[in-house]
Amino acid sequence: MSKFQFPESIKSRPVYGTLAPRPGKAHLMIADAEGAEAILELAGQQPDLMAKSHIIYIPKDTGETYTSKLKALKPAQYYEGPSYEASVQRLRHVLANAHQGLQVYLTGTEGLMGQAQNEAMQAGIPHSSIQTEHRGSVARRMQCVHCKGITEDVMHDPFQCAHCGLHLFVRDHYSRRLAAYQGVRVDAEDHGNIPDPVELYS
Amino acid sequence: MSAAPQKAKPGAEQIPVTVSAVVPLNELVTRFEFKRTDGQAFPTFSGGAHTVVTMNDDGRTRLNPYSLMSDPSDTSMYAISVRRDDNGRGGSLFMHTRVKVGDQMTITYPVHLFSLDLRARKHLFFAGGIGITPFMAMIAQLERMNGNWELHYSVRTEALGSYVDELRYKFPNKVHVYYDDQNQAIPLEDLLDGQPLGANAYVCGPKGMIDWVHATAEAAGWPDAQVHSEEFLAPAPGKPFEVRLCKSDMTVQVGENESLLEAIERAGVEAPFLCRGGACGQCETDVVAYDGDFIHRDHWLDEEQHADGSKIMPCVSRFVGKSLELDR
Repeated sequence: MSKFQFPESIKSRPVYGTLAPRPGKAHLMIADAEGAEAILELAGQQPDLMAKSHIIYIPKDTGETYTSKLKALKPAQYYEGPSYEASVQRLRHVLANAHQGLQVYLTGTEGLMGQAQNEAMQAGIPHSSIQTEHRGSVARRMQCVHCKGITEDVMHDPFQCAHCGLHLFVRDHYSRRLAAYQGVRVDAEDHGNIPDPVELYS
Repeated sequence: MSAAPQKAKPGAEQIPVTVSAVVPLNELVTRFEFKRTDGQAFPTFSGGAHTVVTMNDDGRTRLNPYSLMSDPSDTSMYAISVRRDDNGRGGSLFMHTRVKVGDQMTITYPVHLFSLDLRARKHLFFAGGIGITPFMAMIAQLERMNGNWELHYSVRTEALGSYVDELRYKFPNKVHVYYDDQNQAIPLEDLLDGQPLGANAYVCGPKGMIDWVHATAEAAGWPDAQVHSEEFLAPAPGKPFEVRLCKSDMTVQVGENESLLEAIERAGVEAPFLCRGGACGQCETDVVAYDGDFIHRDHWLDEEQHADGSKIMPCVSRFVGKSLELDR
């Protein structure tokens, strides 16, 4: 099962919903890994949505698991990318040429949804009308508040910043602009006193 | 630190003004221009703001909201345009028949419930009749910023097209006018189609037009947050009723032609308000007890609140029944 019930948290923490078809002139669906399942369910609710849909899919470690099923939905356009970074050029191009009436559906990991939402917001879509549904890994995209470097797919707390090497505490404090959670030095007051890393939500 | 003036009285701060011009535009609409009586500059405002005008109608105080339609950066004067409503409650008739150049009046600081979203890639204005007024100020503001806008303005006849000539002369490529009597209608679906992401639509006009724009935009997949509207309601007359104000420990009769808010004010009870048109939420009042039916007319409370009888907006809503007790 690819669904995970996140515990209640502070207001800053994003809350994800369940994708539902909405009226629109065009539909842009962006998913990574198990997010494919949410797209398959969305298409099941309203199959004719697919004729006006563009799917951007990043399989990550799911490989071929979902790709043929997604193609079988016969979306108007289907693109598969090796990573979010590799797909972002296409995403920007799609948004730059889009018009009002575009519905955006994001599903998969928090890092993907946050970054794609940020692109959509910069293109002029209010975040309140972008749908999201979390699926798959609960890993987080973290920003080190000290060096500002981003560490992707963080699964443990504390973790070591991929840039400056500090050991960072994983906070629920989130930035929509950065599409990242805040990581703060865990041994700021007592240097070297670093707790053992624990897997998130364990 | 808040720059907002500390409020001693309900409503926005007042500005004493002198009527500097009364300009009839057509059979129904007249423009009123005000200068500050103290000679100072007016505060600047943002396009779409309104002011509440106090009218002393032979001892009866009338407070009506009107959109400011002058250039928001012109601090030497404020202007409003008033459509005469012969079947209304009398505020617009008072303005048309009694207000003369040189009169002393009181208006409030600008109150803003209908603002431009300055993040918008493009602004689409839909005006019906006197609904043109907030857009006059918005257009002046956007022109100074080189803003991207277009206006679709529906009027009944050529003779009743307030500011049509001026707008067409200044902005021939941005202003589109539709005449009801020539069976012209705003081609809304086509206009909403193909707009850039981040375009915002604004509508001001009759309720039917506002609902039409919201529904058409929603069906076309427009984000709700990018469709803005403003409709001031005038309090509708209704059967007289009695209200008990429990904090003030008094019972007040609400007359046929006055609103609940006006009756409360007449009794000397200070009640908060801003727009007096069911839009801003400022006058929201808790209901302590009731036996009867509410006639909710505001845009503020949601359907659930309308149904459960816990709150009322006394500026536009009324009550029919045995007894009503408010926490005021």
